[in-house]
Amino acid sequence: MSIFIDKSTRLIVQGITGRDGSFHAKQMMEYGTQVVGGVTPGKGGQMFEGTVPIFNTVAAAVAATGANTSVIYVPPMFAADAIMEAADAGVQLIVAITEGVPVLDMTRVHPFVKERGVRLIGPNCPGLITPGAAKVGIIPGRICTPGPVGVVSRSGTLTYEVVYQLTRAGIGQTTCVGIGGDPINGTNFIDCLAAFEADPATKAVCMMGEIGGTDEQEAAEFVRTRMTKPVVGFIAGQTAPPGRRMGHAGAIISGSSGTAAEKLAAFEAAGMGVAKRPLDFVELIRARLR
Amino acid sequence: MNIHEYQAKEILRALGVPIPAGEVATTADEAEAIARRIGSQVVVKAQVHAGGRGKAGGVKLAKTPEEAREKAAAILGMQIKGLVVQKVLVTAASDIASEAYVGIILDRATRKPVFMVSPAGGIDIEEVAATTPEKILKLPIDTRYGLQPYQAMRLGFFLYDDLAKARAASKIMGQLYTAFMQSGCSLAEINPLIVDTAGNVVALDAKMGIDDNELDRRPAIAALRDETAEEPSEVAARNANLTFIKLDGNVGCCVNGAGLAMATMDLVKYYGGDPANFLDIGGSSNPEKVVNALRIITSDPNVKCILFNIFGGITRTDDVANGIVTATRQNPLKVPIVIRLTGTNEEIAMKILSENGFAASSDMDEAVQKAVALATGGKAA
Repeated sequence: MSIFIDKSTRLIVQGITGRDGSFHAKQMMEYGTQVVGGVTPGKGGQMFEGTVPIFNTVAAAVAATGANTSVIYVPPMFAADAIMEAADAGVQLIVAITEGVPVLDMTRVHPFVKERGVRLIGPNCPGLITPGAAKVGIIPGRICTPGPVGVVSRSGTLTYEVVYQLTRAGIGQTTCVGIGGDPINGTNFIDCLAAFEADPATKAVCMMGEIGGTDEQEAAEFVRTRMTKPVVGFIAGQTAPPGRRMGHAGAIISGSSGTAAEKLAAFEAAGMGVAKRPLDFVELIRARLR
Repeated sequence: MNIHEYQAKEILRALGVPIPAGEVATTADEAEAIARRIGSQVVVKAQVHAGGRGKAGGVKLAKTPEEAREKAAAILGMQIKGLVVQKVLVTAASDIASEAYVGIILDRATRKPVFMVSPAGGIDIEEVAATTPEKILKLPIDTRYGLQPYQAMRLGFFLYDDLAKARAASKIMGQLYTAFMQSGCSLAEINPLIVDTAGNVVALDAKMGIDDNELDRRPAIAALRDETAEEPSEVAARNANLTFIKLDGNVGCCVNGAGLAMATMDLVKYYGGDPANFLDIGGSSNPEKVVNALRIITSDPNVKCILFNIFGGITRTDDVANGIVTATRQNPLKVPIVIRLTGTNEEIAMKILSENGFAASSDMDEAVQKAVALATGGKAA
């Protein structure tokens, strides 16, 4: 079992002929994901890698292939349009990998997808992977292994680091989700925690947050009031100076709000395990799986 | 990206916001000439990307053009929060009857731009929010419809009971919202918005922060960037497509990915060290990016040890290894380097490094401890 994606996922790739899109489409196919189509306007009718049909529009791709999921690798200025196109075409899950999407665009996109009942993950995210079943996005498949732990994170490479430490210690994962580092994104921590709580295969959850905003505090409250499964949390940016954007657009401490200290305090108040460094996840999770 | 007060005021003035006459000067002579043209008392205001300019002595009233020259001479070249003042705004002084705060921030909780207005203006709005939240009206705006007239009037009446003033303020709300959307802002503020002794509603100060992701499609806004007002190492990093933030420690960090970069800084601290910087070389890192990153890190004299922490996903670790070899051939290092690499093409990377005399580890904790020990040893010596 898993959340959001599994062996039945039928994926189309928006931007499949671009540099990033084509590289990762191949990686996802090699991992065993059912890539049923691609979209590049003007290249409809061609084939990708000899096996995957390319369409001019998402609507045509969905009609021809019955796709239920789309992953987006288009340049940032076109990402908002690509997300709305996918939502209108009737897929149920949209994963936007694109980094650098203007935040004001997301103020229009977010209600648009919400009104259509579509789940958006990202933008500016590494996507997700259900080890042994499917991957949608760019998380390296070989660092993951199937098992009982759900992983959710605002970061890309930090997710890899933690998943790698878990896999090395023999602790596998149900699904690993990178929700992205932007201030407005489609799926937040609580959405993922709720899905992990409902997934019978998930026995414990790793959650990697970072400075900025209050998503982690709200997630901690959700863990305290609504979850039966153990959650271990980490916050990146404990040494970050206030007022500076630390790479991720959302990673900024404004005034006294968004600090690592207040987030860690919320974790502790919710009875969560607190990892002081990425390596600590291994022992904290191991203890909670016993 | 931050723009200066005078630039934000030019944007707002072009949209019709009432703003006192003013011009920017880079010399005391220019300041005097501007004050003469304005022909009344002026305020000389430091143009730097830092708050608390008034408290730092960067805002002065001048009764005569000669006095404007003196004040400008004193302010130009002074340091405010580590930034040297290169420009001053010379602007007509106003007689203030009351001060209000008007701002729009892009709010992650509501996922919308949110107006924040308060009749308790001219002071720190975060303090007002903490102590007297009832004095602030917060109003989220759906960008699909924009600011509606009734919303603008509600904001205006929250500030003023008088209809004429409320109308004037609501018009300014609309103009500020237009500026916010047209410039791709994450923040736009008028603080204070005043009523002068003649009863006019006027914007005395303005601040705008731009979402960096907007700059590609807004070249006119991107052109407002003032590189002389930023930390030189951060300018160099941006021009090399790196995300860099200078800090005060002595362990120079070079990492791929923002989250891992923050976690690396935190781990340096965890093991008793102090990071010298945040540096994210990004996803697809070619060797040249690594060369630029090393040049920027080593230009900081505080750096006693360099730490690479690379988790190869999209990033190929052999690219990073080649970059390290090339960079250190061009500019031999004067401080020790500790390298942690794992992931895509790790075996090739390790081979490249060992053939060129570099040791590398695949363990993050081990590498960070070693870097901290080397940096501390360097300090003691």
